[in-house]
Amino acid sequence: MVGHIVHTRLYILVFAGLIGLTALTTGVAFIDLGKWNTLAALAIAVCKASLVVLFFMHLRWSSGLMRMVLLAAFVWFAILVVLTLSDEFTRQWTPVPSNWQARMQQNIR
Amino acid sequence: MWVFLATEVMFFGGLFTAYIIYRNFYLSAFEAGSRLLNVKIGAANTAVLLCSSLTMALGVRAAQLGKKKLLITFLVLTLLLGLAFIGIKLGLEWRHDYLEGFAPGVNWTFHGPDSRHLELFFCFYFFLTGIHALHMLIGVGILTTLIIMAGRGRFSPQRYNPVEVSGLYWHFVDIVWIFLYPLLYLIGGRY
Amino acid sequence: MGTAVVEPGIESRVHYLNASYGIKSWLLTTDHKRIAMLYLASITFFFFIGGAAAVLMRLNLISPQGALLEPATYNKLFSMHGIIMVFFFLIPSIPAVLGNFLVPLMIGARDLAFPRLNLLSWYIFMVGGLFTLYAVIAGGVDTGWTFYTPLSTTYANTQVISAALGVFIAGFSSILTGLNFVVTIHKMRAPGLTWFRLPLFLWAIYATSIIQILGTPVLAITLTLVALERVFHVGVFDPAVGGDPILFQHLFWFYSHPAVYIMILPSMGVISELVTAFSKKRIFGYSFIAFSSVAIAVISFLVWGHHMFVAGQSIYAGIVFSVLSFLVAIPSAVKVFNWTATLYKGSVSYQAPMLYALGFIGLFTMGGLTGLFLATLAVDAHVHGTYFVVGHFHYIMVGGAVMGYLGGIHYWWPKISGRMYPDGWARLSAAIIFIGFNLTFFPQYMLGYLGMPRRYAVYAPEFQVLNVMSSAGASILGVGYLIPLVYMVWSMRYGPVAGPNPWGAKGLEWQTPSPPPTENFEETPKVTEEAYAYGTEETQVA
Repeated sequence: MVGHIVHTRLYILVFAGLIGLTALTTGVAFIDLGKWNTLAALAIAVCKASLVVLFFMHLRWSSGLMRMVLLAAFVWFAILVVLTLSDEFTRQWTPVPSNWQARMQQNIR
Repeated sequence: MWVFLATEVMFFGGLFTAYIIYRNFYLSAFEAGSRLLNVKIGAANTAVLLCSSLTMALGVRAAQLGKKKLLITFLVLTLLLGLAFIGIKLGLEWRHDYLEGFAPGVNWTFHGPDSRHLELFFCFYFFLTGIHALHMLIGVGILTTLIIMAGRGRFSPQRYNPVEVSGLYWHFVDIVWIFLYPLLYLIGGRY
Repeated sequence: MGTAVVEPGIESRVHYLNASYGIKSWLLTTDHKRIAMLYLASITFFFFIGGAAAVLMRLNLISPQGALLEPATYNKLFSMHGIIMVFFFLIPSIPAVLGNFLVPLMIGARDLAFPRLNLLSWYIFMVGGLFTLYAVIAGGVDTGWTFYTPLSTTYANTQVISAALGVFIAGFSSILTGLNFVVTIHKMRAPGLTWFRLPLFLWAIYATSIIQILGTPVLAITLTLVALERVFHVGVFDPAVGGDPILFQHLFWFYSHPAVYIMILPSMGVISELVTAFSKKRIFGYSFIAFSSVAIAVISFLVWGHHMFVAGQSIYAGIVFSVLSFLVAIPSAVKVFNWTATLYKGSVSYQAPMLYALGFIGLFTMGGLTGLFLATLAVDAHVHGTYFVVGHFHYIMVGGAVMGYLGGIHYWWPKISGRMYPDGWARLSAAIIFIGFNLTFFPQYMLGYLGMPRRYAVYAPEFQVLNVMSSAGASILGVGYLIPLVYMVWSMRYGPVAGPNPWGAKGLEWQTPSPPPTENFEETPKVTEEAYAYGTEETQVA
């Protein structure tokens, strides 16, 4: 059983898009966008990855089950990142009283 | 293979998580480290890898159409491009960083302020690109096996699954690099 | 229809055990049933090694000053006990033995989706085990099975890398087994076997496989980072360089918490099978139990921070993890209610597998409830790192998972070996195990609450009575585990021959001879009834 056969032309187009996006992301890195630089770089990377996944890896013509598998992988990665970051970034939130050293001394006495 | 790739997403994901966290804590050091990497080589390597994905996809197509010679040509091209990538990364970039004294644990000679955080950046640089390169080497091994099998006429339009599945693996390794390139080279405030 | 006559000598029939002879036919087999037996031998071996470590530990704890061992040696023992029991016994136990044997049988298939990958899984497991055994012989590792940094990365001078490597390799075995099961259950079910007609054991195995696939790789990368840090003396987790030891704990527990569900979920699946078979009654709330397995698998990935409440984690993250940990108890409770409801007005018989199942329900409930205490941030601040935690997880893993495993082994033994074990001895050992278990681990709850820390080779004198009770219980428990080893092996040669369905149970695995032929079924079965359709037609007893 032969799967979906993709036109060579489509592959070349996707490839051109990928090279173009690479040039774009490299160029943008030299422009000062402040905190948007990171977002832009990641967004372009996601676009490139999507092109590879959909067309080179044939996900566009694959069953829903394969898409679920990939989705699950990314959701799980998101769980790892989000919950870990939730700890790492909120550690400084707990207010520490400014006179804590003096109070410690008192308790020990 | 998709299920196996899900495990690979989680494998690299752990490293990415750690990198994201440390980057947020030590932004200036990580940006400085990023600037020390050579964007031109990084971009060139990215292009090399994207080419190899194209040739791999065309190889799968050739297998689907039963075109044996074309399949072998594309597989060999993919293999060569993959080896080129590894060669550039290890032979050019790693060697350069090692000689300049930016190899943590092996040859670290930078002693400025924040040097420990810079060392941390380079740890991640070497770990991330190293494990990526390891996966590429495995891919090279898989391609070699495919080339031998194709040479023996083992593939046909009815039986080309190993080629397709290996293609999925190869594209995945490419995708990891698609994320590594900006995260390592491009967000260092090069303006 | 089936026969009511016991089949004549099983040696006259060809089945998977006698289809071919010689060590090569076993070591190069791709038959899932033989691979299951290879795993059975391996994990039994590892169980007794881990058990030996436990024996030495409990002997040492008879006296407050430590009766037997130097603290450094004690540290190595509890580490090896943990590593071997978790990674080389509990995690593979039910999936690799019962799962491998039963998954194709229960779905009416000839074998798993990737039989050669299955054999590779076993070899990978053995290589991992060899590295770990090397670590034991070369001096042991003393970081605890949790490999916390910076002890493991910087300060330990023990076999950290070999042990970590052994676990890393064994992890791949786990991933490949999970992968095999997921694909098999999706793609190879017999005609008529819809998802909601699957035996609940398979739902549990499926959920377990999801955890194995998504969680184990993170452990792999974490151990890799520890090894790299040790080898290259770089500081990914070293605070002196700006690294964060708690990050290690995040990455470690992201896998290791779901890992404990890898250990308990299949056991719950077994209990679902036992409870219906020995009440001769449809299971109560099939879809609830099925969905609860999946729910446990998903929620298990959201709670790992409850191991780190007092590690320096942010309190806000702690609150989130605490709430989520309460949530994960709900699907487990749903299962316990449904099993109990199944027993109600059922025709209950008390053979050995049922004794294990009933023991499971009681002990798992206790272990689960103490888990809720630990999930409560404020309580955990006091009992973290004490024997309360040790009691909690042993109630779940030993009182739960191991009892489920033993119950399953006893239930499916006639199918696996074609023989029946002596039920009197089996019930006796179940009782001995139950009594020994409670005597060993209940005092540990009390010890922990009173403040005795875990992983200590010595303790304050006021804890001695409870410790001696615990050690006494451990010796009884040990005897309880040894007896089945004896009679099971005995039964393989001298036990009465069993027919295809000695329990009169429902399920495709009972529709094939005992032991099954290599190809499992002469022709692919067709499924026309719901799972556990007791009371709808005459069940056959052979």
